[in-house]
Amino acid sequence: MEQFFQQLTNGLAVGGIYALIALGYTMVYGVLKLINFAHGDLFTIGAYLGLTLLTSLALTDHVGGFLGIGLLALMVMGLVGVIGILLERIAYRPLRESPRLSAVVSALGASIFFQNAVMLVYGAKFYVYPQNLLPNIPVSVLGMPIPLMRILILVASVVMMICLYLFVQKTRIGTAIRAAAIDQGAARLMGIDVNRVIMIVFCIGPALGGVAGMMVGIYYGQINFTMGWIYGLKAFTAAILGGIGNIPGAMVGGLLLGVIEALGAAYISMAWKDAIAFVVLILILIVRPTGLLGERVAEKI
Amino acid sequence: MKVPGHLLAGALFALLLCAPLALDRYWVDVLNSIGLYAILGLSLNIILGYAGMFHMGHAAFYAIGAYTTAILNTSYGVPVLWTLPLSGLAAALFALAVARPIIHLRGDYLLIVTIGMVEIVRIALINDVFGITGGANGIFGIDRPQLFGFKIRQPQHFFYLIWLFAGLTILLFSLLENSRFGRALNYLREDEVAAEGSGINTAAYKLAAFVLGAGWAGMAGTIFAAKMTIISPESFSFWESVVLFMIVILGGAGNIAGVILGAFLVVGLPEIFRDFASARMLFYGLAMMFMMIYRTQGILPPRPRVYRLDRAGGAQ
Repeated sequence: MEQFFQQLTNGLAVGGIYALIALGYTMVYGVLKLINFAHGDLFTIGAYLGLTLLTSLALTDHVGGFLGIGLLALMVMGLVGVIGILLERIAYRPLRESPRLSAVVSALGASIFFQNAVMLVYGAKFYVYPQNLLPNIPVSVLGMPIPLMRILILVASVVMMICLYLFVQKTRIGTAIRAAAIDQGAARLMGIDVNRVIMIVFCIGPALGGVAGMMVGIYYGQINFTMGWIYGLKAFTAAILGGIGNIPGAMVGGLLLGVIEALGAAYISMAWKDAIAFVVLILILIVRPTGLLGERVAEKI
Repeated sequence: MKVPGHLLAGALFALLLCAPLALDRYWVDVLNSIGLYAILGLSLNIILGYAGMFHMGHAAFYAIGAYTTAILNTSYGVPVLWTLPLSGLAAALFALAVARPIIHLRGDYLLIVTIGMVEIVRIALINDVFGITGGANGIFGIDRPQLFGFKIRQPQHFFYLIWLFAGLTILLFSLLENSRFGRALNYLREDEVAAEGSGINTAAYKLAAFVLGAGWAGMAGTIFAAKMTIISPESFSFWESVVLFMIVILGGAGNIAGVILGAFLVVGLPEIFRDFASARMLFYGLAMMFMMIYRTQGILPPRPRVYRLDRAGGAQ
């Protein structure tokens, strides 16, 4: 029971991180029908920028752990969001009218570019996030101890997801995003600036992915320039699991995948942990390509 | 056009075969790598170029071929070159099994699933699946291939083995390109619904292309295992698949000459600019982006088929 509980909460925390990354995939896919392969590398960039800011600004020493990390997260979101907008401008916008697969190749190129840019700037070694950023307050739920960090990550990701959901459902810009996702041409006729919508999507998605990178750094303590690839692929699996293009689907899919993976690693095999996500991905695509919540996808795949 | 084109290709190939006389061992070895990647690129070209299926897990088939050779040779003492058809068969059977359920997936979904497949294969190899793959260390001590009592050992010897196999591949695949099979693949790449409507069994043709490409990559795996004498899962990482994908896409998907040019550029150029080795993937990434923006079809795209009215039915 104890082990199950630990694995479950661990899975939920990791799942929250997957969900944040998955949101970036699903929003971009919703509007552009493009798998943004470079998204995982934006996540890596978030992790590295977070580390650089953390060590160079030393904010956490001045304003305390919680506020400091909150401010850093906002900065990382802003910076990675800008990189996301630039990425769309340079690598995807010229290909808007091309065959979809050209954009996919361009996205792969961007992914390779980012990954190697990070390697050239920071070097190929593992970086270690400073430990003890936050006071280690013992917490226990249902009489079982649980690391504070785990709760914070889960809460932070759920809060961000709720904010995003409200933003997309309740605001004018959110409505424009949903309209552009359903039918770009019609949205344009209704006076929606689709280019602006795409820009916003390419800002929000990478911003969430970037902050997820920082969370991984804090949670696991170490980062590496290739980590975006595996996280990106898993988050994409989460997006597919929930139904790609569907924002609540990405959230559910992320949490579900995190739990499946944690329990699978604990009860089936640790060595096959990474394979579990891919098996889930392949099974979902074969059995139910629209995912759990993605009922409205009319296109046959 | 036809005769000079073939003559040019033949002359270039003859010139290439003389290359080991003028080059040192290092550069011959580079040419060997290029040749191996050219074979792999050509096998991927059937799937990605002719049939237009976005397949980014080709390293999985290559790995299965190489491991088949390694296991048969080190555990059962089968001579390396005898394992060549068996490797091809093993990779083809594996492709048949995995491709069946996923073959109908469209474009980018197929891409993602094949990436998942190659990762699962790599993880399986690392985890020493069935206890025969040697885990993360791989398998070492693979014999050198022997042909009519002659032991192929030096890079120069491998050069002729690899490039003769490449030449055979080019010959067979150019026949394939212009066959009924090749035309059917092109048709379903351009318009699957129309192809289906014209009586082409698209699922069967796609599957056949997949299996053929995979089998050929498996045979390339045999040559790789023989050349290296040691193989490990890291030789078949996802990036290997990306490099193959780039060879086909940058060179010119669907064109044999383009794919070979792609192999020279993607594998050969970094050797010339070895001083910038760490930045070479950065340039690959940039090249992929700009290529897609300015020249989507690759450097040497296939020439459209020309059918003359006075020679009914004759291609080009």
